[in-house]
Amino acid sequence: MSTPTTNTTTDQTYTKPARRTVWDFVRQQPLGSIGIIMIVIMMLAAIFAQQVSPYDPTDVDFEASPAFGGGAPSMAHLLGADAFGRDILSRLIHGARTALSIGFLSALFGCSIGAIIGTSSAFFGGKIDLLVQRFIDLMLSFPIIILAIIVIAIFPKTVVAGIDVNVIIAIAIPFIPKTARVIRSQALAVVTLPYVDAARANGFSSRRIIFRHILPNVTAPFLIMMTAFIGQAILLEASLSYLGLGVVEPTPSWGLMLSGVNADYYRTAPWMIIYPGLAVSVAVFSFNLFGDSLRDWLDPKLKL
Amino acid sequence: MLSYAIRRILLTIPTLIAVAVLVFFVLRVVPGDIVEIKLTAEGGMVSEEEIMREKERLGLNDPIMVQFYKYMIGLPQGDLGISLWTENSVSSEIAARIGLSFELAILSTVLAVLIAFPLGTLSALFRGSILDYVIRLLTIGGIAVPSFWLGMLIIMMLLATVGQLPPLGTVGLFEDPLTNLNQLIWPALSVGYRYSSVTARMLRSSILEVLSEDYIRTARAKGVFERIVIVKHGMRNALLPTVTVIGLEFAFLLGGLVVTESVFNLNGIGKLFVDSVVRNDLNLLQGLVLTVATGFVLINLIVDLLYAALDPRIRYQK
Repeated sequence: MSTPTTNTTTDQTYTKPARRTVWDFVRQQPLGSIGIIMIVIMMLAAIFAQQVSPYDPTDVDFEASPAFGGGAPSMAHLLGADAFGRDILSRLIHGARTALSIGFLSALFGCSIGAIIGTSSAFFGGKIDLLVQRFIDLMLSFPIIILAIIVIAIFPKTVVAGIDVNVIIAIAIPFIPKTARVIRSQALAVVTLPYVDAARANGFSSRRIIFRHILPNVTAPFLIMMTAFIGQAILLEASLSYLGLGVVEPTPSWGLMLSGVNADYYRTAPWMIIYPGLAVSVAVFSFNLFGDSLRDWLDPKLKL
Repeated sequence: MLSYAIRRILLTIPTLIAVAVLVFFVLRVVPGDIVEIKLTAEGGMVSEEEIMREKERLGLNDPIMVQFYKYMIGLPQGDLGISLWTENSVSSEIAARIGLSFELAILSTVLAVLIAFPLGTLSALFRGSILDYVIRLLTIGGIAVPSFWLGMLIIMMLLATVGQLPPLGTVGLFEDPLTNLNQLIWPALSVGYRYSSVTARMLRSSILEVLSEDYIRTARAKGVFERIVIVKHGMRNALLPTVTVIGLEFAFLLGGLVVTESVFNLNGIGKLFVDSVVRNDLNLLQGLVLTVATGFVLINLIVDLLYAALDPRIRYQK
């Protein structure tokens, strides 16, 4: 974080402290602003999915199916219809709900656990720190999708209130080691600050110091990582669902829409392939754009 | 150098042991029962008794510590147990498929490096220009586009232009190199695009970082030709972190292969990995995870040794 610069020289010039308003962000990071605008649009679409989508995403209409020669994008179905004659636009809008909720929840969950592990590791130091670091190294030696699939293999399918909890856990766990490592390196600087000593001298418990004195001071890297991870989580959810290991029918999911594509449809119904993939790409792209700019703005030196 | 190398090589052993132990115990908590799935898949009702007999035969009824002992004794001999599904040895299942995945990985890396170097360098040298913006958008896009979707688009494009797909079925590299290349270049491209984006971004930022160093200013102040400043003083130093990224991404390629192999219907270890999860074949999954981890540790080792060879400061630490 940049510190407010106060000019101590004798001339009366006063340099303004670095401001942190929304307008500054928009002016300094035009690409990031485009990203956040797209994110907000997707969020609105997801929230009001019921109201804005022209059809129910599960409405089956075999007459509109490409299997019977129909389904091409038209006024009735703007982006075409899938093999069951379901409206693709409606499924994309409802799929945004799945993608964003799973993306957000798993990034939040993974980053929070990672941040707690990272700060505790920095705070306690010594043997605990060493052990935690070794374990993190070990987890980082697997590609995230491999870790996610292993977790899928371990956790039985659990759906609570329409949300696939096991998928969220599977996506969240691979984010823990990376967050823990970055947050730890930031927290290492914080634990040496006088106010942490003061808190210790006051006899505060470790838990209180970690949660109330250290964690709030690593908010910037936390936010940056979380934004980046929401994008990755959406990508991961799409990949898992594509492989048949993520969410299952009839939940509309972008990855799932791509997995059901029969070889014939490559030729006869390209819209079934183009739009869901485009939706994933645009979503991930928006979060990456926003995350990158957020990093440039809050903490350009942070290495992810 | 030699003592550094030996120290570094010895360090990999405890890591591998830790992975082996962890993988074993983590996977033992998997709830699904392969025997039941397998027997019911073959059709009909299955009695409790039959399941027990099958379990006994596969050694699944042994106490967990006995299983663990057998597993740990087998490892140094390259024995990963038998696949619970096909009942072939896990190592033979993996060996039959790893060549294809390895070739795909190499091909993706070559493509990625060929794309990344010009993009990363141009973007850094013309920082702030329209070219830089276009390249940055392309590379951010490369990270956002799912590789399996890119693969599907490639298939679609092939169907639209050539009218057919590369022939199915695996042709060995040495039997018919051209057909083999024709088959693998497309999946390699769909994995390699992302890979090249990551590498190009890394290259761009490390060139920019190096070019702002004092010694670059000194070289310029001395009147060294700009071309030499950039190639000799800049690029050389910018290559170090890029080599690391290339190495690590290579180790992580399996992640991309898991989905891409499914799209192109290639019988590599990525597909085997997904199959092993779908079928609850723990032994196979365990063997694959160990293979991935070993591969990563080895590549890390190679990268570190390369680093030490390139940068004397690392050799003499501690």
